[in-house]
Amino acid sequence: MYSLECDVNVCQTCPTGDCLVKCQYLDMDRETAIAEMVKIGQGEDSFVLNDCVTCYACEEYCRRGNHPFYLITEKRQEKGLLTAPRAITKQWINIGEPQGKYRLGKIRERVLSFGFMPEFMGWVKGRLFEDVMPSFIFGQEFFCNVVYIHFADTAIIKKRLPRIVDNFRKLKVNEVIFLHDECYGAFAHLAPAYGIDVPFKSIHYYEYLYNRLRELKDLIRPLNVRAAYQRPCSSRLSSDQHHFVADIMELIGVDMVEREYQDENALCCGGIFGMCFGYDLAHDVQKRNIDDMAAHNAQYCIFNCPACQGTIGPQVAKRGIKPIHMIQLCRKAIGEM
Amino acid sequence: MKYSDIVHRCFRCGYCKFTSDYTDFNCPSYRKFRFETYSPGGRMWLIRGWLNGDIKNSERFQEILFSCATCANCVEHCVFTFSDDLVNIFIAAREELIADGIVPPAVRDYLRNIHVNGNPYKEPAAGRGRWAEGSPVEAYTDQDYLFYVGCVGSYDERARKIALSVGTLLVKAGLSVGILGEKEGCDGNEVRALGESGLFELLARQNIELFRDHDVKKVITLDPHAFNAFKNDYPGLGGKFEVFHYTQVLAPLMEAGRIPLKACALKATYHDPCYLGRHNGEYRAPRSMLRAVPGLELVEMERSGENAFCCGGGGGNFFTDILGGGEESPARLRAREALDTGAEVIAVACPQCAKMLEDAVKSEELEDRIKVMDITEIVTGCLI
Amino acid sequence: MMTGIAQELARIVGDAYFSNQPEEAYFYARDPGLMPPHAPEYVVVPGCVEEIQEIARLANREKIPVVPMGAGLALTGLVIPLRGGIVIDMKRMNRILSVNEGGRHAVVEGGASQGLLRAYLDRRHPRLRHSIPDSPPTATIAANVMIHGQGRLTQQYGFNSDMISGLEVVVASGEICKIGSCALSPDWFSKGAPLPDLTGLFLGWFGATGIITKIGVKLYPKKKMRDVEIFITDREDLVAEMIYELTHTEMVEDINVFAQPKPMIFKDNHHITLFFTGDTDEEIEFKRKMIWHSLDRFIKSKDGGFMGVPPVMKPTLLDMPQRSVSRFADVKKGGGFEYSGPIIMVDKYPDCTRKILELAEKYGLGYSGMARIIGRSHAMMYGFAFTFNRADPDMMERTRKALHEVSAFALEAGGVFWKATVDEQKMAMARMYPATLDLMKMIKKNLDPNGIMNPGNWEVAEL
Repeated sequence: MYSLECDVNVCQTCPTGDCLVKCQYLDMDRETAIAEMVKIGQGEDSFVLNDCVTCYACEEYCRRGNHPFYLITEKRQEKGLLTAPRAITKQWINIGEPQGKYRLGKIRERVLSFGFMPEFMGWVKGRLFEDVMPSFIFGQEFFCNVVYIHFADTAIIKKRLPRIVDNFRKLKVNEVIFLHDECYGAFAHLAPAYGIDVPFKSIHYYEYLYNRLRELKDLIRPLNVRAAYQRPCSSRLSSDQHHFVADIMELIGVDMVEREYQDENALCCGGIFGMCFGYDLAHDVQKRNIDDMAAHNAQYCIFNCPACQGTIGPQVAKRGIKPIHMIQLCRKAIGEM
Repeated sequence: MKYSDIVHRCFRCGYCKFTSDYTDFNCPSYRKFRFETYSPGGRMWLIRGWLNGDIKNSERFQEILFSCATCANCVEHCVFTFSDDLVNIFIAAREELIADGIVPPAVRDYLRNIHVNGNPYKEPAAGRGRWAEGSPVEAYTDQDYLFYVGCVGSYDERARKIALSVGTLLVKAGLSVGILGEKEGCDGNEVRALGESGLFELLARQNIELFRDHDVKKVITLDPHAFNAFKNDYPGLGGKFEVFHYTQVLAPLMEAGRIPLKACALKATYHDPCYLGRHNGEYRAPRSMLRAVPGLELVEMERSGENAFCCGGGGGNFFTDILGGGEESPARLRAREALDTGAEVIAVACPQCAKMLEDAVKSEELEDRIKVMDITEIVTGCLI
Repeated sequence: MMTGIAQELARIVGDAYFSNQPEEAYFYARDPGLMPPHAPEYVVVPGCVEEIQEIARLANREKIPVVPMGAGLALTGLVIPLRGGIVIDMKRMNRILSVNEGGRHAVVEGGASQGLLRAYLDRRHPRLRHSIPDSPPTATIAANVMIHGQGRLTQQYGFNSDMISGLEVVVASGEICKIGSCALSPDWFSKGAPLPDLTGLFLGWFGATGIITKIGVKLYPKKKMRDVEIFITDREDLVAEMIYELTHTEMVEDINVFAQPKPMIFKDNHHITLFFTGDTDEEIEFKRKMIWHSLDRFIKSKDGGFMGVPPVMKPTLLDMPQRSVSRFADVKKGGGFEYSGPIIMVDKYPDCTRKILELAEKYGLGYSGMARIIGRSHAMMYGFAFTFNRADPDMMERTRKALHEVSAFALEAGGVFWKATVDEQKMAMARMYPATLDLMKMIKKNLDPNGIMNPGNWEVAEL
């Protein structure tokens, strides 16, 4: 059975306690941080298990690879501590259940994964993707299942993810380019943390887009706009890919506004907060985030994750900032939109 | 019968009768006759009853089936997944009646005239190209486009003027076009819509061979009905040519300013023909032509675009008149609707719509308040 | 050659709007529900109230049944001519006669459809709306009121029949009655009060006492924006409490609760769908906040949460009427849909939801449990909806059996049948207080002495 590879001694000897010191939702000093993480690691109770809001950021803040958020989630599950209302968790588990309704393109060694997000079916067009399309996959059979860490449920991940990996194995693919950030995080970050073997190379679609843009640089007309970036929670699982945002913006002539809630200090879209905790936290986070974008005169808000876009896209638009997905922005840069 | 396995799925909810915003009933036969039986849901339930032997073919049953104008309002607005097949289902039922040989005399006569004369007017083939005499429109040899006119444009008095107007403007716009004249054959769209699939196939194959013999690569049609047949039904029978409605060819030229026009103060409303609009999704090109005329104010009727109210000429009714006239006939209702916009002109892009609406304007005694003009007639009147 | 009656009817409405043909007989003998067909002898489509008066006089004289019909979308066979006779298709009389903006009411003809009024108001009176139900837009306003239907404003203001301001009715003798303030005033502002409310003689009687030829419709403020949230729970036993809190806010437009096994996003949970409106972002956001906070204790206890409504789902939910409701009919690829929707106390929700599950399993049927809250939790309509394939007689029979069990259950649970089938009417009458039944008998006997008004329905005397 798969289990989380993390060592409580690493927490004990941590010089910073950054996982919880930097937490945007809990306020504590280094001593408290370390003490609580050690308690959690040893299976004891901690207020952190009740108060953590599942933003994933501590997976990035921990520089020692000791998976603080996965640990919190494991212990919550062991203790029967729920984050989300049961009905919400049940709904998400049902949505992710394989239905035999997957879609496969013309599968080659290199394949684009749409995960289980139908938005990509409409967005993935044009020259940026002609290198790999029509080799694509879509469906719950390829769904990474990582989202359940929001719902303190790793059991379902351990149950489903190996089968998902098997589905990939059956396709005999060598390289999978993940269009959903969380999928990339699942296979590149979470799976190894649980000792789940991944038989292919995982590529983040940012890396793919960046390389394609360089190949097609003659087609690029600099967009000359100011944009804010909406960093999704899942990006904390793949922080080594985050630099591609700035790299791509430079290529396509987009001026990323320097704002308060960016990079390590980014705020998530709050969608999960609403479902789990009610009105106030979600509203507060969304307001601060979007006020921040507006205060810095962003003309666009660039989304990485379609779920973020569904959650705060309309609110962003109401403030006169145009919501746009990274794929569409890149297509715009090469004159396709 | 084709589709007999799905006719039971109609819920007779009636979305099919309406526009998308429910402003009015939009099924021409339902609006005229007012019995549920004359609506798409009525037809579905009756066809099922007939297939089950609960009702028999009768004059009324035939009237119900053949009064459908095949305008596709039901296809557009039915909320179920089989909505795309609705008009096809009604045509399939007509096919069964044709096969049984029990159809209204007007339908029988129309089909016989096509079969015997090659046109429904019982006119000789030799007269087909006469409208072009004295015009700059030449016989087709190897021009870029074949200008396909069709039976109505070739023989109907009003439509011939439109054929002349369109043909002349195409030439004036610098396009290389030619007509087949007496060699032209009936496109068969109405034959197919009336359920005579055998005759339709014959006509189609004859045309496909004729076009091939003449090395025709691109066709511009006068009539949206021909456009529909060439675009949707001919490829499956081997037709390999590009087809355009004349508005689709003229619009880009007008948008680019290649047809010099003077200012023409005119308030016009555009009537979407069903076979250009709902059936084939072309709502933009005709409007683009009108907007390119300086001084022309384009106003929309309450029901326009996908919600346009059919003039009642489709489904063979232009010839068979089974949908019929009277104060509640679709064409007369449409003429009144056009008047309500304050427009002086109803702009049309179909010779059948033109005649239907013009007759309606006369019946409504509105000739001094509103005119029916083909788009090219409007444009020609504003040429420098 | 037409009989005397036929000739007379053709003279009254005009040849074009009269039929005694097999085609009309076939269609008008049926509705999209499960009742077996009963054919009319004649179908007429009158154009004005005078024609209806003449038809009524003729029918009363000749003792021929008369059945007024909207669009037949009650699905419980109420427009099927149980004893033959004349079906009056009201939909040609579909004019909007007047709208009084300041007094917020409209007067429409008896065959005016829901969609038509909505479109008219959208275009000409954009600050006004009426309580539109989710039946297809061809459903008529008068028929919906006649059956005490419910719509988008029901949680706020009651049954759609509570939201009327007067009637014009043609009775069996052919006379016109004006009911409400319009009986003595030119203005249609009240259906009865402060005088004796006579609408009770006609509403809920399914045309068995009179034919509605005009109706005053109360209109309500229409705000510029409208939004929807869905609160989901796995605790059906807490649904009534959740709704109590929601209705307490007085911020909600409409509350629908549903549970169905498909699609997967809906499986296993109960969904409290609530709509709210506002003229400004501030108003909408304030209402959203109040609504969310009203359910805080359930969120805290993990007993429920607000789901993220996928962007593609919102337009479907906000549609008025909701097309997705009609689409339920084709789930079994058979165009069939009927539901028994008793009006019942909200706290019976768990019993109802357990019952529909039991019946769906017992009879192997596709189902949806759909409830609409009436008033501030005064009651709910719980719809036991089953979808069937019209070409599968066995499935249709199983659906009938399931619905029959629903009727028995509803009565035992203290519910009252909505748009009762003939069988349910009999069950209701058998259970009713004797003196109440006597009142009904007296009304029916006096208003329809010859038994010609939609006979077969509310036949108290035949019990």
